[in-house]
This record gives sequence, C-alpha cells and structure tokens, in this order.
Amino acid sequence: MVQTPAILFFRRMFRRKLVLAAFIVLAVIVLMALLAPWISPYEPTSIKIIRRLKPPGELNWLGTDEFGRDILSRIIYGARASLGIGFAVVLVSMTVGTLFGLLAGYFRSLDGLVMRFVDAMMALPDILLAIFLVAVLGASAFNVVLALSIVYTPRVIRVVRASTLVVRELPFVEAARALGVSTRRILSVHILLNVASPVLVQATFIFAYAVLAEAGLSFLGAGVPPEVPTWGTMIASGQQYADSSFWVVLFPGLAIVLAALSLQVVGDGLRDMLDPKLRKTL
Amino acid sequence: MDTPHLLSIKGLEVRFRTEDGEVTPVRGVTLSVAAGETVALVGESGSGKSVTSLATMGLLPRPAGRVSGGQILFRRRSGEVTDLVTLPLPELRKLRGSEIAMIFQEPMTSLNPVLTVGEQIAESVRLHMGIGHGAALRRAEEMLGLVEIPNARDRIHEYPHQMSGGMRQRVMIALAMSCNPALLIADEPTTALDVTIQAQILALIARLQRDLGMGVLFITHNLGVVAEVADRVTVMYAGQVVETGSVKDIFQAPRHPYTSALLNCLPARARHREDGRRVVQSIPGSVEFVKEGCSFAPRCTLAADICRTGAVTLDDETERSVRCLRWREVLA
Amino acid sequence: MWLKLGQRLVSLMIVMFLVATMVFFLTRLAPGDPAALMLGDQATAEDIAQLRQVYGLDKPILVQFVLWLKEIASGNLGHSIFLQRPVIQAIAERAEPTFFLALFSVTIAALVGIPAGIVSAVWRGRPVDQIVSGLAMLAANIPSFWLGLIFIQLFAVRLGWFPVAGYGEPGAPFVERLAHLALPATVLGIVNSALIVRFTRASLLDVLSDDYVRTARSKGLSEARVVLRHAFGNALVPIVTVVALTAALLVGGAIVTETVFGLPGIGNLVVSAVLRRDYPVIQGALIVVAAVYVLINLLTDIIYTLADPRVRY
Ligand SMILES: Nc1ncnc2c1ncn2[C@@H]1O[C@H](COP(=O)(O)OP(=O)(O)OP(=O)(O)O)[C@@H](O)[C@H]1O
Ligand code: SF4
Ligand SMILES: [Mg+2]
Repeated sequence: MVQTPAILFFRRMFRRKLVLAAFIVLAVIVLMALLAPWISPYEPTSIKIIRRLKPPGELNWLGTDEFGRDILSRIIYGARASLGIGFAVVLVSMTVGTLFGLLAGYFRSLDGLVMRFVDAMMALPDILLAIFLVAVLGASAFNVVLALSIVYTPRVIRVVRASTLVVRELPFVEAARALGVSTRRILSVHILLNVASPVLVQATFIFAYAVLAEAGLSFLGAGVPPEVPTWGTMIASGQQYADSSFWVVLFPGLAIVLAALSLQVVGDGLRDMLDPKLRKTL
Repeated sequence: MDTPHLLSIKGLEVRFRTEDGEVTPVRGVTLSVAAGETVALVGESGSGKSVTSLATMGLLPRPAGRVSGGQILFRRRSGEVTDLVTLPLPELRKLRGSEIAMIFQEPMTSLNPVLTVGEQIAESVRLHMGIGHGAALRRAEEMLGLVEIPNARDRIHEYPHQMSGGMRQRVMIALAMSCNPALLIADEPTTALDVTIQAQILALIARLQRDLGMGVLFITHNLGVVAEVADRVTVMYAGQVVETGSVKDIFQAPRHPYTSALLNCLPARARHREDGRRVVQSIPGSVEFVKEGCSFAPRCTLAADICRTGAVTLDDETERSVRCLRWREVLA
Repeated sequence: MWLKLGQRLVSLMIVMFLVATMVFFLTRLAPGDPAALMLGDQATAEDIAQLRQVYGLDKPILVQFVLWLKEIASGNLGHSIFLQRPVIQAIAERAEPTFFLALFSVTIAALVGIPAGIVSAVWRGRPVDQIVSGLAMLAANIPSFWLGLIFIQLFAVRLGWFPVAGYGEPGAPFVERLAHLALPATVLGIVNSALIVRFTRASLLDVLSDDYVRTARSKGLSEARVVLRHAFGNALVPIVTVVALTAALLVGGAIVTETVFGLPGIGNLVVSAVLRRDYPVIQGALIVVAAVYVLINLLTDIIYTLADPRVRY
C-alpha cells in the first residue's frame, strides 16, 4: 500500500481502538443525518394518535411519542437539526475566533482589549450567556447558531492567540518578515497553517459542547421552535410523559450522549496525535 | 573477594522504553564500593552514570525504565547481603534513606518547595529512627549544624526558595546523612554550583565521609574533583565500564585510550574549573552506537580492525580492570 | 504581593465593567421598545411614554448607559414590573437554593473528582486509569437535564427515595431542603466532576516527574505519602483553581438542572424572565452571576497569596 501522509495520519490516529470506535459511531450518526429521508422508517412528523406512547416494539423500534410519532425517525431527523446547528456553530466560531485570535496574538496593541472581552464573556456560564442572547435575538434556529457561536468564540480566540504568540517568535516568521513578506500574508499563510492543528482539535470539542448546549436551550424552551424535531426538543416535549413512557426521554438523550461523546473522543485522539507533548498529561 | 564490598554492582543492564523503541543506556556495568571508601564514577554526559545510580536506589522512572540484567549486591547493617534488583519494594524502602542515601544533581529542584527544610529532614528521621516529631526536628537542626549552615535553629523553618543553591545542596546533604547511611550516592553534587561553593561542598562531603565512615559513590564529570575526593575510579563510556583502578593508577598509568584522552584534555587549571563537560567534549567525535566490537572504536586513535570485530570484554583483574584489546600498547 | 493582588483587582473590575457594557448594549438589540416590553401587552401609549420618561429612555443611549452604570455601581439593579419588586430583591429571594445547590454540587464533584484523578494519575496507562478517564469523558458529555430526568424517574418516581421536585414548603426544616437538593446536587456533581478529574490527573502527572518527588522516594517514604504529601501538595494550585471555577460557574450555570428539578433558584428565575422577556431581571441576574464569578476568582487569588510560601515571602 502506498504510504501517503493521509494514510499515515489515519493509521496513527486509529492506533487507539477507542478513537476508531468513536469515529465509526460519529460517521454512522452523520450518515444517518444525511440519508434521513431514505433510511427513516416513518415520516418524523406523521401523527397517529391511536399509536401514541407505544413502547419499543416491532412496529416502532424505539417506541412512539405522545402524538404517536416514531421516535427512531425523529431521532434520525433530529440528527439533522442537532448536528447541523452544532456544525454551523463550529464554522462561525472557528472563523471569527481564528481571526480575532490571530490579531490578538500578533498585534500587541489589540491583545489587551480582545482578551479583556474574552475574560468578560467567560465570566458568564455558557448556558446563561446563551439563553440571554437567544432571549435578546429571538428564538429561532438561526439565532441559536448565532448565540452559541458568540458563546464559544472566546475559547477559539484563547487557543489561537496562545498558539500565535508561540509561532510568531519562530525563526521562519522572522525570516519571512525579513524577506519583506506582507503582514497579511504572514498571518494568513505562515501563522494560520501553524495554528491549524489546535484549532482543529478545539473544533471537535466545540462541536460537542454545541450539541449539548443546543439540547439544553431547546429543553428550556429558549431554543429552536418545539415543532422542529431536535434531540433537545424531543426530550423537552416528552418529559411530562416520562413517568409512564420512559422511552420518549431515554433514547433522544442517548443520541446526544453518543454524539457528544464520540466527538470528544475523536478530538482527544486528534490532539494526542497532533501534539505528542500533551499525550502524557491531559 | 575475601571481604564482601558494601556495594557490588555486577553486569548491570538497564533498558528504557521510548517512543522510538527500546534503548539500553547501561550495558553491563560492574563496580564496587567498600565501606569507608570513596569511588568516583566518571564519564561524559549521557554515559549512563545517573541511570546506574538511580537503578541502585530503585528509582528508575517507571514504567519506562527497568533493570533488565545483572545484580546490585548490598551488604546491610545486619551483615546480610541482598540483591537490590530483586528485593521487594517495601523492603527496599526500608533501606532507602536509612542505609543508602542519595544526593541529586539538581539542588535547585530536588527539595519540595511547599515544605520547610526542617520538615523535609524530620520526615525521614521520624520514619527511619522511629522518634517523635519534636525530636526529629531537633535532629534536623543538628544536621543543619553539621553541614555548617549558620542559625540552624531558625533555618529549619525556612522554605527552599529562601536559600541559595549552595545552601540547598547543604540541606540535601543533611537530609541524606540524617539517618547515618552506610552508603551515600552523590550524583554530581557540585556541578550546578559555582566554584567557591563547590569546593566547600566537596570538603564537607569528604569530612563527613571520614567522620562517619560511609562508603561513597561519587559521580562526576570532573577529573579534577576526582583527584581530590576519591580513593578509586571507575570510568564509564556509552553505558559500559571501560576502566577501573585506584586514583594513583588511573592518573599515572591509564590503560584505556578513553581514560588517557580524558586526562590529556585536563588542563592544569581544570582542577579549579567547575565545568567538567568542557573537558570531556574536547575529545573529537561523539558517542555512536556500535553493534560489534569496541564502543569507543569510532573515536579511538588506536583503533585497529580487530577492535571493530573482536569481542571486547572487561578484563577483570582484582582492583584494576580495563575494556580494551590493545591496552598494553597504550601504555607503551 | 499586594501589588499583584492590586493588579488582579483592577483587571477583574475591568471584566465587570465589560460584562455590564455587554449586558446593556446587547439588551438594546432586542427588537421592540424596552418600555413597551417592560409593561407587557396591555400597556397603553401613555403608560409607555410615562415609563420612558421615568427610566430616562428618551435620553441618548450613552447617557442612559452612564446612568445605568451608576445605578448598578450603587447596588440598584432596577425594578421588575412583572414581579413588582426590585430586581435585587427578586434575586435575593432566589439565592438560597442556588447557593446550596452550587455548594453541594461542587463538594460532590470535588469528593469524586479529586480522588479519581489521583488514582488515575498514579496508575496512568493501567486499566484503572482507562476506566476512570473513560467515565470522566462520559460524565462530561451527558446533558445534565437528561441525567436529571433519569434520576427523577429512578430514585424519586420508582424508588421514592427522594422528592420528585421543588424545594419544600416555605419555612420547611433544612433536612427537608437537603432531601430536595440531593438529586440535583448529585447530577451536577457527576457532570462537573469530569473536569476536576482531568485537571487533577494532569497536574499530578505534571509534578510526579519533578525532582523533589524523586527525593521523597529516595527517603524511603511510602508511595501513598510521596503522592499525597509531596506531589499533591504541589499540584494543589490548578486543582483548587478548577474547583473554585466550577463553583463560580455553577451559580448561574445550573439553569437547566434547576428547571428540571423545579428548584426556585436564580437559574429558574432567569428562565422565567427570558420567557416573559423581563429584561431588568435578566440583566440583573447576569450582573450578579458575573460578580460572584469575579469575587470567587479574587478570593482564590488571595488564598494562594496567603497559602503559598513562594508567594508569601
Ligand atoms: N527517562 C529516560 N528515558 C529514556 N532514556 C533515558 C532516560 N533517562 C536517561 N536516559 C538515557 O540514558 C542515557 C544515560 O543517561 P544518564 O542520565 O545516566 O547520563 P549521565 O552519565 O548521568 O549524564 P550527565 O553527566 O549528563 O548527567 C542517556 O543517553 C539517555 O538517553
Ligand atoms: S579496543 Fe581498540 S578501539 Fe577500543 S579502546 Fe581499545 S584500542 Fe581503542
Ligand atoms: Mg547524570
């Protein structure tokens, strides 16, 4: 077999069985979300009152909810919303966070101001800041993405700034500067490439946090509208039936745990591989 | 051997598991220390001196390092001779600090920053001498006096960071000596200190050794120091012992080409220099891994074909040994 | 030492100022007239105009901001028309459950997390480490409201060991309060122990390779003493930091758990304020939560300064 860097990369990454397992789980969930219309046994929104709150069985593998909707189908469709929101949060917070992190790390004059703002935002618990922002912006999927992106951007700024502070002192940056390479190019090519790996690791973690936070917001009624099936809204609307029909709450929660956990494990695996120094400690 | 030595290391081999496979930094080290004797262990950086001493204490970093061969025989106070390699850890702990003590290379970091020096000495004393806290603290105070720290009564309540490097190394010595060990392993106790302090510490160790009759394994780069403190010398190169002999023999008639090279680059002032590394580094070339023949061959001016293929063993005469096929020619 | 604390104090005040700024201006992003929002649907145009004047809402926004800051600095967090009382009073009434919940949760998290982290570090790479690290990872990724629902089902509904929800009658004895807090505190303790496990493990591993640990071993000390007295003593700073941080973030971060368990705490207050768009309460709660966070940070710094011999002298 040809040993391309990509193959070597995955070989090393999956040396730990757990990371491989997590990656497979994640891939299955993502595929589920992408192929939802083809693989889900029922329409997620088709109501069948006579079959309401049926326990897991042959017709509905994971049971039905209070409107007789198939829970498995809703979990499959819920993956679309939950992962979609999580992924959008990752994209936005990575982009904005990387930009500000680079600027703060590279230009001393901006550092103080940016980092004080980061400190201020981190003085508020994630969920509190998120619910405040949603309250201000209005509850919609778009605003949930916006709010969670604002909540997680400071983490990215911290990571990128820390790496930038290190990288900017490296000889090749000095050399580029001496050769007259423009600051913009130094930042966008030389430094960005070198801070990419911690950012990538952070991205998987934020993905996991965002999936958890979205569920929390939906549960509080301050997230996406309750009629959109996400894992969070499923638990929220099902909780009053939990006494008699545990499955309405149990399975969507398991989906959240599985998705968040496998993201974390994959992120951990990435970090171990990209930064061998950290392996021994964290 | 008619009188069994206090410490007798035989064919010690140590391996480390690392990211890039296994390494063997100590490959068959044989040396001995008699009671009341100071043996210097010399060799350039990386030759395996510290690893040898840590193996003796059972303090190899775990789980990466392990003793993979040989014996470390130690004669206990009871007269019984035990192999420290196979001794169960709880038994070994009883010897550590009480019968065998060690002073480390790094005085600045070897003391616990959040405990007072008095507590650190008293802790050991209480454990091994079975006395109460108050008595142990008085013993700590006495020990600080013994290592010539003024105001011992007050200074037992100080923290390490309040002391200079020289003072901390005195504390380390006090700590090591606090339970009257039979064997002291001093791993480059003065390398990190400046010249005048270095001389004081050396004199201190020599005096305590004389007064208390300990055996001392004194590890150093610095041949100048060796002449001052040691009775006998063991020279290491790339994880092996290449020569052993009395100080007089080694200095006047070195048999191994490495030993003579070391002595040749010892300038007259080296005696007063603290930086042993410099002396050793002036031998051209650097340590290479050799599969076959003599480890020193790549850097040896006398290397011949036979050195690269033949089996080079430590020819073990009593009290004088050398690992060289052509040592007779060195002498010539 | 005092200089360092002084600098810290200044930077924490700046953080507080920025939090207040963010809270003020972000609230103004909300669609609609703040006065109309405050009064609710039934308000008449005159009511709204009058309120605008009372609150100075007709002045330029920067003037409003300065006035608002002044009020906050003097401890006045505004008035909630919905609750018909000052915001500070509304928060104070809700503080008790939140305080005890945070206290018990962080205690459980520390009691579970620190020993687990120590075990994991001492036997790193061994099965016990893998199990502990795996469980910590799991705990960090369980949504607390879901775990809460499951606990309610198991321990309250099915087994009947604990009350299902709420905080007991007003004036109920403390033991009854404890019964109400047990489940939510356990849930939050489990979820928050994950970070403490990781930090304890990491900082202990960090110091276990230090030279003085080797010295301690060379004295013949037992491994337990080496780890607990010599290594742990030096690993304490990051561990205490993360425990304090966890406590600080629990004060406003237990929103979801408070809601699940129907605890009338600050989180609960915020959720109902959000659903009613009662902005003075939301703003006030954010300010108070940030202030508690800042104070706990300052307190931790002071404790270090007093406790660490390297800083003290
Ligand atoms: N923890 C470790 N893991 C892997 N290899 C190690 C470890 N400690 C030591 N070694 C290897 O053992 C060799 C010998 O090291 P050692 O510290 O004994 O040298 P030394 O003779 O004491 O040198 P110095 O004079 O610099 O103290 C080194 O080349 C090093 O590569
Ligand atoms: S055996 Fe040969 S190469 Fe080795 S030291 Fe002796 S003369 Fe030099
Ligand atoms: Mg050494």
